[in-house]
Amino acid sequence: MKWEVVIGIEVHVQLNTASKIFSGASTAFGAAPNTQASAVELAFPGVLPVLNRAVVDKAIRLGLALDATINQKNVFARKNYFYPDLPKGYQISQMELPIVEHGKLKILVGEEEKVIGVTRAHMEEDAGKSLHEDFQGLSGIDLNRAGTPLLEVVSEPDMRSVDEALAYVKALYTLVTWLGICDGNMQEGSFRMDVNVSVRPEGQKEFGTRREIKNLNSFRFLEQAAKYEIQWQIDTLEDGGKVQQATVLFDPDSGETRMMRSKEDAHDYRYFPDPDLLPVCIDSAQIEAIRAEMPELPGAMQARFVAEFGVSGYDAGLLTGSRALAAYFETVAKVSGQGKLAANWVNGEIAARLNRDGKEIGDCPIDAARLSGLIARIADGTLSSKLAKQVFEAMWDSELSADAIIERDGLKQVSDVGAIEKMVDEAIAANPKAVEEFRAGKEKALNALAGQVMKASKGKANPAQVQEILKHKLA
Amino acid sequence: MINATLKALSQQLAAKAVSSEELAGLYLDRIAALNPTLNAFISVDRDKTLAEARAADALRAAGQAGPLTGVPIAHKDIFCQQGWKTSCGSKMLDNFVSPYDAHVIEQCRAAGLVTLGRTNMDEFAMGSSNENSFYGPVKNPWDLAAIPGGSSGGSAAAVAARLAPIATGTDTGGSIRQPASHCGVTGIKPTYGVVSRYGMVAYASSLDQGGPLAQTAEDCALLLNVMAGFDQRDSTSLERAKEDYSRDLNAPLSGLKIGLPREYFAEGLSADVAGVVDGAIAELKKLGAEVVEISLPNTQLSIPAYYVIAPAEASTNLSRYDGVRYGHRAAEYKDLVDMYEKTRAEGFGAEVKRRIMVGTYVLSHGYYDAYYLKAQKIRRLIANDFKAAFEQCDVILGPVAPTAAFNIGEKSDDPVQMYLSDIYTLSVNLAGLPGMSVPAGFAANGRPVGLQIIGNYFGEAKMLNVAHQFQQATDWHQKAPAL
Repeated sequence: MKWEVVIGIEVHVQLNTASKIFSGASTAFGAAPNTQASAVELAFPGVLPVLNRAVVDKAIRLGLALDATINQKNVFARKNYFYPDLPKGYQISQMELPIVEHGKLKILVGEEEKVIGVTRAHMEEDAGKSLHEDFQGLSGIDLNRAGTPLLEVVSEPDMRSVDEALAYVKALYTLVTWLGICDGNMQEGSFRMDVNVSVRPEGQKEFGTRREIKNLNSFRFLEQAAKYEIQWQIDTLEDGGKVQQATVLFDPDSGETRMMRSKEDAHDYRYFPDPDLLPVCIDSAQIEAIRAEMPELPGAMQARFVAEFGVSGYDAGLLTGSRALAAYFETVAKVSGQGKLAANWVNGEIAARLNRDGKEIGDCPIDAARLSGLIARIADGTLSSKLAKQVFEAMWDSELSADAIIERDGLKQVSDVGAIEKMVDEAIAANPKAVEEFRAGKEKALNALAGQVMKASKGKANPAQVQEILKHKLA
Repeated sequence: MINATLKALSQQLAAKAVSSEELAGLYLDRIAALNPTLNAFISVDRDKTLAEARAADALRAAGQAGPLTGVPIAHKDIFCQQGWKTSCGSKMLDNFVSPYDAHVIEQCRAAGLVTLGRTNMDEFAMGSSNENSFYGPVKNPWDLAAIPGGSSGGSAAAVAARLAPIATGTDTGGSIRQPASHCGVTGIKPTYGVVSRYGMVAYASSLDQGGPLAQTAEDCALLLNVMAGFDQRDSTSLERAKEDYSRDLNAPLSGLKIGLPREYFAEGLSADVAGVVDGAIAELKKLGAEVVEISLPNTQLSIPAYYVIAPAEASTNLSRYDGVRYGHRAAEYKDLVDMYEKTRAEGFGAEVKRRIMVGTYVLSHGYYDAYYLKAQKIRRLIANDFKAAFEQCDVILGPVAPTAAFNIGEKSDDPVQMYLSDIYTLSVNLAGLPGMSVPAGFAANGRPVGLQIIGNYFGEAKMLNVAHQFQQATDWHQKAPAL
């Protein structure tokens, strides 16, 4: 039987406000345990939450970027459950009236575009952390993270493959970092994903029973976990078994998912509007003010790169992976006047070297101005692509300009006709066999001769000119 | 001296006829003598109180005293106060010393008031008799067999017994007005949002409101001036200009329209209380007030609506008492769930557990719409009743409770009977309106009976005006129990 995969994703996006969502305590990561928990986070008797309005602004930014409805009246609700790292015994979240609803996010899988529905995004507070390793036979509680603002972004079950799921979370990640509402630090938990997976026989309308993989904090884990889960569900069904609705955890060491709790164990969270907080009212002027400050979004920028610089849709997608990368490319393209070459270099050599060195574009040793200088020398024929790579290598490890390296190492491409003719004559004289073969109709023999010329010039002869002169002499 | 009002004490302090330290000592001695009988205080700390009093005297010597500097006050054990045990009448918080001050406490400190101690109360403010305290019931100073009312029973008894000239209280469903009525003192529950809830241990967040108890309406006005005020740490605190609640005390009552809700004078009201309220109305008529009959048709529904909404909010407000960070924790447990269960089973009393159970039930999946949402709808209907009524009158008058104080133990086995006695006070909280109780006479058995005055939103000054004029014409508020 052919199976179709259905995936929906919830992402907890940590918002990068200076203080917590309901108190003035700092949100900075990494402080000594419980030093950033105020009386509000400790849930002392009598304390009350006060909403940090910066959280609302950031939620509106994402809502606008997702082309979603901003609910101008939205309501905080209490989600009740007991856990030691949840000091109040309830989490302040949003239930019936979230701040953002009905959004959409465009993804690109290969060359194919797809729009994924975003059901809702709601504001909530993070819980603290339970520390089970540090104390023998005891558990510690660190409430520094408690009250950190989160946006929970919930997608429609619109994804039909792991590739689509990956494209969605990456696009959302790009967007929240692009908008400057999330620091994007996945290792510190700034972007945590829950993935709902089900399978159904191809052609069936109803969804299969889903299982939710909780709390994935890397794209690689998401890919491994979803692939494992899909195969597990298919195997289970093909063996005549049934998939039970459940929450599962992914174990990166074994690469497997394992059950955390079944539907029967599901909490009754007893949601109800939090009487300590008034409904959040947002006037249209606030929304318009935020709209006016919105940066150009990745989707719009991709279209503009295609139109303005003639790059492919695929390249434009890569170039808008982050705002810094897009800005870098755009500077290079404009300064060098070579959009396509700029795209090739940024997505090619630069991306490869950054990847190899584990660096981000912001740490790129070659700034946009220096790369533009290199591309200008390629465009004007000073450098062959082979020489250009040699110059690039030298630039990566120094602060010199392309011109300075060309000068220092004498790497200028030889385009002087007289000099090339001389080398061509010598090559013809030294390789009578190749000449003979060429004249007998063997086109490839010409490349051998050209190779000899390039070797004689130490790679500096203009390859196009060499070919041209060779053909002329042998004609 | 011990019968002096806040106003009189402040004048004597200003005239240096008495020092704050002497005054505090006087009250502390009286507390030491009478509290073992009355059980009105949970915590008293002589050294701490005298240190505060001496600081007040120093301020006065330095010429920095305000009008109330050095006057002693008793605080309901529900307001977090730095350095004081804040137990809320519960075993759960028996070991909790607050690290911070409630807004109300800050305001009182800033005004120079001196803390005499922390008054007894029904556990987590749940109760109408003060029998639900971990520290044992408070006795009514007028009759030691009677309940003082609740939940601010300790504060009302302390003022009635002259253990303190003034006290703070909180009122979620009548918890200031009903004990004030039963103890023969004056108490006011302000409009919701006038007094900050920051640092006031939450029972039912959308209903809780702090307020003053004192001998007179004038004293209540002066103490409310201290307690009220915008506080940005409470999102439900109202951002309004500071007002002087004593500004209209002396306005004449001629032309005042008093609404008498027919539902408040129907079946269930004892003859004793009806007689006292009728007498008070006659007195106010003499002062120039006119009477109109009004209707609050949804009054009966206030009991079921309140006993859904308040427990619902309480059930989650009290989730934080889990034994993890502070307060009681069971001595032995085998795992986390066992720790929660034992801690909460041991730490909470029966009435608190009952309301947590009810609240948990009405918020449960599948019951939420039928109970909680429906109760919220009734709440709107009740508010609309008052809105319509206030188009016909300036204030509403009625009884506070159906009877004078009942005996200790009389209703403690029948929670529903106890709930029904809240009939005249609950609607005011559900609507968010201000209400007060003013001493107006005695039942045949000698127990005090109060008159309830209900004002429109932010009508505190008007209510206090009516109460003050009534007190100028009568002396019920000056009667003190023989102890």
